[in-house]
Amino acid sequence: MEQPMILEVADLRVGYGKVEALHHVSLKVRAGEIVTVIGPNGAGKTTLLSAIMGLLPRRSGSVTFLGSAPGEIEVERMVAMGMTLVPEKRELFGEMSVEDNLLLGAFMRRRLGHRDDAATMAEVYGIFPRLKERREQLAGTLSGGERQMLAVGRALMAKPKLLMLDEPSLGLAPLIVREIFHVLGRLRKTGVAILLVEQNARAALQVADYGYVLETGEIALAGSSAELRDNPRVVESYLGFGGKH
Amino acid sequence: MDLQIALLLGQDGIVNGAIYALLALALVLVFAVTRVIFIPQGEFVAFGALTLASFQAGKVPGTLWLLVGMGVAIAAIEIGIALRNGTLRRLTSALGWNLAYPAVAAAVVLLGQPGSWSLALQVVLALALVVPLGPMVYRLAYQPLQSASVLVLLIVSVAVHLTLVGLGLLFFGAEGSRTPAFSDASFDWGGVMVTGQTLWVVGASAALIVVLYLFFERSLWGKALRATAINRTGARLMGISTTQAGKLSFVLAAAIGALSGILIAPITTVYYDTGFIIGLKGFVGAIVGGMASYPIAAAGAILVGLLESFSSFWASAFKEVIVFTLIIPVLIWRSLTTRHVEEEE
Repeated sequence: MEQPMILEVADLRVGYGKVEALHHVSLKVRAGEIVTVIGPNGAGKTTLLSAIMGLLPRRSGSVTFLGSAPGEIEVERMVAMGMTLVPEKRELFGEMSVEDNLLLGAFMRRRLGHRDDAATMAEVYGIFPRLKERREQLAGTLSGGERQMLAVGRALMAKPKLLMLDEPSLGLAPLIVREIFHVLGRLRKTGVAILLVEQNARAALQVADYGYVLETGEIALAGSSAELRDNPRVVESYLGFGGKH
Repeated sequence: MDLQIALLLGQDGIVNGAIYALLALALVLVFAVTRVIFIPQGEFVAFGALTLASFQAGKVPGTLWLLVGMGVAIAAIEIGIALRNGTLRRLTSALGWNLAYPAVAAAVVLLGQPGSWSLALQVVLALALVVPLGPMVYRLAYQPLQSASVLVLLIVSVAVHLTLVGLGLLFFGAEGSRTPAFSDASFDWGGVMVTGQTLWVVGASAALIVVLYLFFERSLWGKALRATAINRTGARLMGISTTQAGKLSFVLAAAIGALSGILIAPITTVYYDTGFIIGLKGFVGAIVGGMASYPIAAAGAILVGLLESFSSFWASAFKEVIVFTLIIPVLIWRSLTTRHVEEEE
């Protein structure tokens, strides 16, 4: 049985000034699916997520989320519809407590009249017990791994239908990367769709169902994770033993 | 100088300092959330005081027409935007606030004869006219420039300030006004006379500071404003609109300004341009706090009040000079003690 479509990006073009960073990018994410976009630094991966979220304006193309394609993509509206982004820089509220950071993750749900943030926070603490220990602490004083956990936990507070993560493994110890990816695997089972942008292709292809390879602003390859893992080009460029990936 | 005089000057300084502290908090808040250095803060002080004075003189305050005029201008802009984008969903609330609300306010002022009302109701009506001017100024002057640099926003602030001072002269004339005290009571504390109005100013300022503290620490919107001040992108990703946060900070700043004006109007004669100097003294306090720390800004503002009142005794001709010169050692001290940190990752 086909799962319902959550996100469909068609022919997306995004640019900064005269430079075009993304040319005609198309991709799909279904419910309960982890889709990864891998590719080298500067291929346009962060630009892609920013444009889907509405942080950057598009030049052309469409972003269909849960069946509707807004003419103008606004961040607040996408959040209200159930899209969240864990940005590469985490963008935490450093001078506020861990608990307040989590609470603000549910800001839009609270505004829309949902009053379930206490239960959601208990779930997030269940997933990341470390955050519960640190809940009074200021977010700015957390370690790198804890900050990433907080960024993911804060995104989960919005009970997203689509969770987008930008380089969650960046700068983290392998053990913590494994823990975060394990959480993603568990989230998928609850029906959340996940779009994972990664430079760490090996880890990403292990957890993902489907993958796209983005190179210089274009989708160079696409296929199931198993296909991509066996593709000689992917092996050579992204999984090779010589590289740092 | 004997103890008696020192206590009197101290009392005077604290009363003024309390008002400067409120304004300093408003300036820090607006700057943190929107990066706007809100020079027109003082105009809200004058508008609050003079609107109340107009009611008491049985006149229709010009701020009513400013409310109606800005409302019509914003409504026209919003209709234009809605027609261009074909998005009508937000229009109802925009028209409600910018056309219906001023219309209701005009009806109350013109037909309700507020001149015969009790002081408390007049205060409420004055706030109801002046406070919405804050978010309206934001909508017209600052919202279209949301991502402009601090310098551009500062230049806009100067323009808004000059415009509002000019309108103040047009509305209220060059004559100053004073309003009756909230209470005629006075107390004798160890030989020092403390008037009821003094207690009102200090008490109301302290209460307002506590309310602001609770708002920022406990309420969701208060936390959302802090979040926007700390990390704008992060806040947007939570669905906190930069525009909404900006408007809310201007509502608070206008309310603090208007209330300050209403509190000082019985103590000092307020002219159309009095607010500017008062606002600048609040600004000195805010600078002491580095435009970032609320408690240091408030303490700095009270220091400004005390310095002003003592220097008016020793060297009254140099009163303002001494107060504003304070900014130089403060800036030197701040530039030596604060390390310039790169934008946080």
